[in-house]
Amino acid sequence: MSSATAAAGAASSAAAASAHPRRPFTLTVYRWELRKLVSQKRTYLGLALVMILPLFFVVFQNVHQRHDHADNIFAAQITQSGLATPVLMLLFLSVFLLPVVAALVAGDIFANEDGNGTLKTILTRSVDRGQVFAAKALAAMSYAALAVFAAAAVATVAGVASWGFHSVRTFSDTIVSAPEALLLVFAINVAYLIPMVAIVGIGVLLSAATRNSAAAVVGTIGLVILLFIVAQIPGLEGIRPYLLTEQLQNWQGLLRTPTDWGPIAHSAWVCALYAVPALFAGYLVLLRRDVAGG
Amino acid sequence: MSDEAAPPVRARGLVKRYKEVLAVDHIDLNVRSGDVYGFLGPNGAGKTTTLRMALGLIVPTEGTVELFGRNPLHQGARALEGVAGFVEAPRFYPYLTARKNLELLAALDGDGARARIAEVLDVVELTPRAGHRVGGFSHGMRQRLGIAAALLRRPRLLILDEPATGLDPAGMRDMRLLIRRLADDGITVLLSSHQLPEVQELCDRVAIVDSGRVVYEGALADLRRQGGAGYRLHTTDDARALELARAQQGVEHVSASEHGLAFQSQERDVGELSLTLAAAGIGILALTPELATLEDLFFRLTEGNGDGTGADGAGRGMHLPSGTGAPAGAALASADSTVGIG
Repeated sequence: MSSATAAAGAASSAAAASAHPRRPFTLTVYRWELRKLVSQKRTYLGLALVMILPLFFVVFQNVHQRHDHADNIFAAQITQSGLATPVLMLLFLSVFLLPVVAALVAGDIFANEDGNGTLKTILTRSVDRGQVFAAKALAAMSYAALAVFAAAAVATVAGVASWGFHSVRTFSDTIVSAPEALLLVFAINVAYLIPMVAIVGIGVLLSAATRNSAAAVVGTIGLVILLFIVAQIPGLEGIRPYLLTEQLQNWQGLLRTPTDWGPIAHSAWVCALYAVPALFAGYLVLLRRDVAGG
Repeated sequence: MSDEAAPPVRARGLVKRYKEVLAVDHIDLNVRSGDVYGFLGPNGAGKTTTLRMALGLIVPTEGTVELFGRNPLHQGARALEGVAGFVEAPRFYPYLTARKNLELLAALDGDGARARIAEVLDVVELTPRAGHRVGGFSHGMRQRLGIAAALLRRPRLLILDEPATGLDPAGMRDMRLLIRRLADDGITVLLSSHQLPEVQELCDRVAIVDSGRVVYEGALADLRRQGGAGYRLHTTDDARALELARAQQGVEHVSASEHGLAFQSQERDVGELSLTLAAAGIGILALTPELATLEDLFFRLTEGNGDGTGADGAGRGMHLPSGTGAPAGAALASADSTVGIG
């Protein structure tokens, strides 16, 4: 650092700095949030999990040649069309594993920076707290979407590779062509993102509020478990349609003929009731809180 | 007041309370353009909390702070235009390389900061390590990267919290050299430090805080002048000189040692004492003024004077020459400084 002469070059322009330099867009902050996620090993743990399970399932099915899953129409036709695999996997993963993977990143997204002291680093640059919040929330949602589609992609490829690209029967016992089934696979995963946004919103709120990754992740997962338990309590049937966990299966409306949009629309507004307050509260928490860690 | 005309830092009545703990107690700061402003105080005095409030990281319980006339609380990131630095240790993403960290921060700065990355890495001599992950960096390297990150913003005000802490002697020297150079280039520097020699060497104005309160703010030279009116006297008869000095009006804190007498006094009273000694037939062998070091002054200002008045600062203060001493709770104002006693 003794070559401080160079400091002149770096800093002498201080006085010449423009009065109001151009500030970065939120999209720039979002892009860097994604890069941070890409650079962290733990990002890949959740992704690896949701990608390995479909592979494991397909291998297991191939080895054991079991076709007696008569309790579900897609299970029953698992070896008849590879496109039944992603549907069956979403049935399995949507209830708990995908919410957990989403919570792992959402709950960590602020708390991790708090713990490392890097939140103060980015908040003393030229971006507002609102921009940082929006970018982080979007990044967490992007990750959740990636996890959902990564699982679907692996399940589809593995299923089709094992059992072919054939038509499937839907819940209404209607046969849909293979290309249409593929479109449906895409659509049900898009619909599944609706409750995932709410789960991510809750995770982001807890991450900003608790400043502790473990507390935020466990808190989000704990809430999901709690809602599952509440749904099982006798006498509370009336509130079940409004529980977040109940929305995790509403994508199945797309697998009926004609398409049952009712559950999707219901899921959209119920999830908004969870997501919007959670995200707004998270924003307010970040806006008003002291950044004193690190 | 326009951004250009407004002072780099102006804090008024800053208070930060954490439940029962009063971390910062009505602090006023006035950092002027071109200052290398030392912010001194013992651990827990409230320095870092004050700097955090200045950067908008924490919300003051009371009071306001403005950077170039802009309030970080109300204006957010816009208030930090032309401002850079770090509080406590600079923090980076350990899983990213030094260059990637700077690229990230440059992206969050905008204004062409990315184009300055190579230049600032060169300034802090981290170019050879630019491709290494920060997780493997030593403390000193992170401090230097912190400076580089600050320089990316082309700051007019640089806020540095203990930048030399944890550095080896060569690193500390280099850091001082760099800060001096940046100041010479027209950057106003607000430097929080424990390193009294560093402050003495670099700073022209200082604020000394203790228990969350400013006990001195003003020019370092004034502080030394006020606190340093001490004298050492060696005579042909120190025992009698001690009696006469104690009886002399305006001569205070007289003490004797094998090296002679020490006392504090105004210049005119020293003249009176010398006449008194001469009249008593005592020869003056040596009479030398002693300027207090910053360290002396710092400890006088921040350590209790033994009256057990506790941590609230009441009864604390430096021993000032007769005529300038202020009663507890009062403030002594000189042309450029304020000493709050108690």
